[in-house]
Amino acid sequence: MSFPQNTLRFHWFLPRILLASTLILLSCSLKRRDNQSFIYCSEGSPSSFNPQIFTDGTSNNASSHTIFERLVAFKYGSVEIIPSLAESFDISEDRLTYTFHLRKDVPFHANDRFTPTRLFNSKDVLFSINRMLNKDHPYHKVSGGSYEYFVAMGMNKAIRSLKAPDLHTVVMTLSSPDASFLANLAMPFMSIHSQEYAEALLKNKEQERIDQYPIGTGPFVFKNYSKDSVIRYKVNLDYWGEKPSLKRMAFSITTDASVRFQKLKTMECHFINSPSPADLEAIKREPHLKLEEGFGLNVGYLAMNTEKKPFNNPKVRRAISLALNKKSYIKAIYLDQAIPAKNPLPPTIWSYHDELKELEYNPQKAKALLKEAGLPQGFSAELWTLPVSRPYNPNGKKMGEMMQADLRKVGIDIKLVSYEWPTYLKKTSQGEHQMVQLGWSGDNGDPSNFLNVLLSCDGVTSGSNSARWCHPQFDQLLKDALLTSDIKERTRLYKRAQEIFREELPWVPLAHSKVFRAMNKKVHGYKMDPLGGDIFRTISLKKDSTQ
Amino acid sequence: MTFKIFILQFSKNKGALIGFLIVAIACVLALLSPIIAPHPPHEIFENAFRLPPFFSEGAHDHFFLGTDDVGRDTLSRLLYGARVSLFVGFLVVTLSASVGIFLGLLAGYFGGRVDWFIMRIVDMLMAFPSILLAIVAVSIMGPGLINTIFAVAIVACPQFIRIVRASVQSEVKKEYVLAARSFGATHLRLMLKEILPNCMAPLIVQISLGFSDGILNAAALGFLGLGAQPPTPEWGTMLADARAFIVSDPWLVTLPGLCILAIVLGFNLLGDGLRDALDPKLQRH
Amino acid sequence: MKDFFVARLKDLLPTLFGISLISFFIIRMIPGDPVLLLLGERGADPVVYQEMKKELGLDKPMASQYVPYLGNALRGDFGKSIISKREVSEEFWDRFPATLELGLAALFFAAVIGIPLGIISAIKKGSFLDFFFMTTSLVGYSMPIFWWGLILIMIFSVGFGLTPVSGRIDIFYEVPTITGFYLIDTLINPTLLKEEGLAPFFSAIDHLILPALAMGTIPLAVLARMTRSSMLEVLDEDYMRTATAKGLPPFRVIMIHGFRNALIPIITVMGLLFGSIVTGAILTETIFSWPGIGKWLVASINARDYPVIQGGVLFIASLIVFINLSIDFLSKIINPRLRSDDL
Repeated sequence: MSFPQNTLRFHWFLPRILLASTLILLSCSLKRRDNQSFIYCSEGSPSSFNPQIFTDGTSNNASSHTIFERLVAFKYGSVEIIPSLAESFDISEDRLTYTFHLRKDVPFHANDRFTPTRLFNSKDVLFSINRMLNKDHPYHKVSGGSYEYFVAMGMNKAIRSLKAPDLHTVVMTLSSPDASFLANLAMPFMSIHSQEYAEALLKNKEQERIDQYPIGTGPFVFKNYSKDSVIRYKVNLDYWGEKPSLKRMAFSITTDASVRFQKLKTMECHFINSPSPADLEAIKREPHLKLEEGFGLNVGYLAMNTEKKPFNNPKVRRAISLALNKKSYIKAIYLDQAIPAKNPLPPTIWSYHDELKELEYNPQKAKALLKEAGLPQGFSAELWTLPVSRPYNPNGKKMGEMMQADLRKVGIDIKLVSYEWPTYLKKTSQGEHQMVQLGWSGDNGDPSNFLNVLLSCDGVTSGSNSARWCHPQFDQLLKDALLTSDIKERTRLYKRAQEIFREELPWVPLAHSKVFRAMNKKVHGYKMDPLGGDIFRTISLKKDSTQ
Repeated sequence: MTFKIFILQFSKNKGALIGFLIVAIACVLALLSPIIAPHPPHEIFENAFRLPPFFSEGAHDHFFLGTDDVGRDTLSRLLYGARVSLFVGFLVVTLSASVGIFLGLLAGYFGGRVDWFIMRIVDMLMAFPSILLAIVAVSIMGPGLINTIFAVAIVACPQFIRIVRASVQSEVKKEYVLAARSFGATHLRLMLKEILPNCMAPLIVQISLGFSDGILNAAALGFLGLGAQPPTPEWGTMLADARAFIVSDPWLVTLPGLCILAIVLGFNLLGDGLRDALDPKLQRH
Repeated sequence: MKDFFVARLKDLLPTLFGISLISFFIIRMIPGDPVLLLLGERGADPVVYQEMKKELGLDKPMASQYVPYLGNALRGDFGKSIISKREVSEEFWDRFPATLELGLAALFFAAVIGIPLGIISAIKKGSFLDFFFMTTSLVGYSMPIFWWGLILIMIFSVGFGLTPVSGRIDIFYEVPTITGFYLIDTLINPTLLKEEGLAPFFSAIDHLILPALAMGTIPLAVLARMTRSSMLEVLDEDYMRTATAKGLPPFRVIMIHGFRNALIPIITVMGLLFGSIVTGAILTETIFSWPGIGKWLVASINARDYPVIQGGVLFIASLIVFINLSIDFLSKIINPRLRSDDL
């Protein structure tokens, strides 16, 4: 049977309505956002909101630079140390006693379950430091009881006594002079928590909350966090310092670098962390975006677990070093936005050993070394690839594939493995890996911040030394370098340490990258932090006149 | 139906011919990939990172479809990828069809308790959407191509079981079966020699569709990072890998996606054509 | 008809039993000791180890673990996530409405476009339009949606700036859960309405369009083809001829007499499609960062969060069993002549 053609009028009706309503909807909701709400597209989930516990930059940005403050601080945009929660401080002649005079006008944040009844005082300082220092402290074991950074920086040994003569004075006595002590105090892990909050939680047996619902004194107040998606803050209206011009801030967690750029482009965020090198050109072309560039105080490396065979043999480690073609990684992974690394320290830090020559790519020599080490047939091993994109390694998985191809040429058969970031860090700090890609962005500008954290014997215990390499002579050099404040002498010692590193090669240092931040032109007042953090306290959003 | 009529019916169907053509070409390319691929799929060319394909500016004669972010030839990887995908499809179909035919025959032929029991297994498997079941498999066995194949094959079984069971049920009461049975044929003989050949039409269709489902599911797992692991040149994995370059070098994402679409479409067209040609009354969608 | 329902319900129990067994074995079939795997080789403090083992329910012999496991599951206790330390069921219900909202939007989109296309194709069978629609729908049916989603983002979000790249609503709108559907919650929350007006509602729609489009593509294709074939069957029936012969307006004939009778298979297919939404959700949510169960499961796999995988799998599988059952019932109610074997 057939139907007359005029019946078919109806079927254009529905699509038309649909099309029209879609267009109306789309045009209705064009983003109209005020200039006091700031969105930062961050690269990953924080592993905790307590800076005492973690060591990674992502978590720092989410808590140390927003919620918390320390006795002293780095001046915004530099590594100069300025007073913060301590109004002033005196250092004794023998450089063993530090006396801090605390501010008297600093309130703590409030949240829905806690409202502070008093201002910040010395009890808070004692609580914060004792939690890490004192194994019997009621909060020591909360959230795992591991204070990796505190231990790796030697703070547990450096602080001999800690006293508060009155509510506004704190006196610290050191066991030996330490040239980097003040810089250490300015670092995230020395953040000051509220003792009153801790006590209230203890009463309700909810100690864990202190690290999940943080209370600090900083310019931003933690509001809420949905896992893997968003962290919300509001501005601290009672902030003692210069108040931010923003009203609220959100971190939109976006792990994929290209998606971050897409969101920046569609104005779903104002600011993005580490854009993919592949997108830099496109960012420069966008009229409403700007790009800032700086030298990273960082190093990307491949650590070999020296506690496991065959990596306990320096010859094997050297062979791996020679077999990896760093220059090709710099081209493919960093898109030339990095320089090859030869030392564990980046060239922008003092005491960098520039006279040491680069280890050139040489697979033949690598094979010969493997033969000498009794492994002429090569061997097979696991290599863990960095699960997040970082300036020091924008694409760990890809680099892993390239390493796999390089190592296959010298007979080493690599299996690539990876875990989610917090798991990755945890497993690495427990030494479960054979070879692992990691990196470090300096956070106080002192060489000890690289060498002591990443390569000291204390670092093996605390877990931050992922090569698990404890070399007595090297370790002694690091210790000696902290006893003096004579820069020349310290430089000599650190250079000697870098020579030992070169002979032993517990890691293959890979690259020092440039760092980039891309943002909407509305963003004003941002300064690149030489220590790699993203600090938004002085940021403002303005209509851009150049647009 | 004779073979001649089948060919006639089939070739009248334009879609089916196109599908057949796509599948045939893919098979040839996959088989010959070591010969026709210009480079080995894992070979890394230094200084040839992310070159564009031939039609764009800055293309290199050496790399017809350009190179990926670490300097591997895209064309070669796609060709080898056809191999991986067809291999996956083939194994998935072989595994799931053999299990499906076996259980479907038992269920349809014996009926009763056997049928009930097998159908409960089917219900159970149907409760796990393919990706979910694969997630279970991967969380136990770890990601990898072989595990992917197993997971996808398990998911594909219920379809085969149901189809075979349904046609066996309609055949088993027919006179030729009753006749054979009265001559004292064994169960095994009845099932394999008498009934199964008469159930072939829907089975052939399902095999073709099984290929397309299998390839698509395996690629999806690859995309989620749960399937084939890099540097295996699996299309889904390649696509996931290239996501970071979607703005700067869109072809790195576009090409593997198009390949998946083409081959899946090919098998679907083929399956549709086969269904129409073998039995016009069988219509699934 | 009563017998039919009873029989189906009887079949349900063994299926659920099987599903619970599968999820039970997930954590127990991991090669090696899952507790060690979670704690790490070094962190195996004996006290913590025992606690963890107990928490995972692995402290007794295998045979005596199943009953408590099932008991807990029936009481809605699926253990705690290792990463977030929250109840698995709590996390599930947090995310499930997001998936359901996306799934329903996708099905709605598929039905609103797919069914008319199918009807048109059926009426104009053999025409160019029919050929075009059917070829397009087959392409849609073959679409790798993880790729399709990316392409849609590139065109509509990055290219034209029409829709957001990812997420469920503008980041600054906090929508307290009432129904869990943002499209409803943004309209019934008085404080939100007073402060922000309809903006959150439109923002939610904005965020929903692309993922629903991507996720609805395959169901759309299936529905278009299904509608076409079942319409073709109906159009050939005698009562259609009679209706036309009676001089009824053709539009009425098609819609009232034709489409209504073609509806049964279409509803069945829609029900089946609903089950396949979970598959679509896992891929779509990953691409669009949609905070539903799909994204949650994939993240848990990557984090080796076994209690979540176990609980999530059990939840979803049981849900699908019940959906399949409801479809069976519904089809039976619509068309009582249906035998159970036809389903």
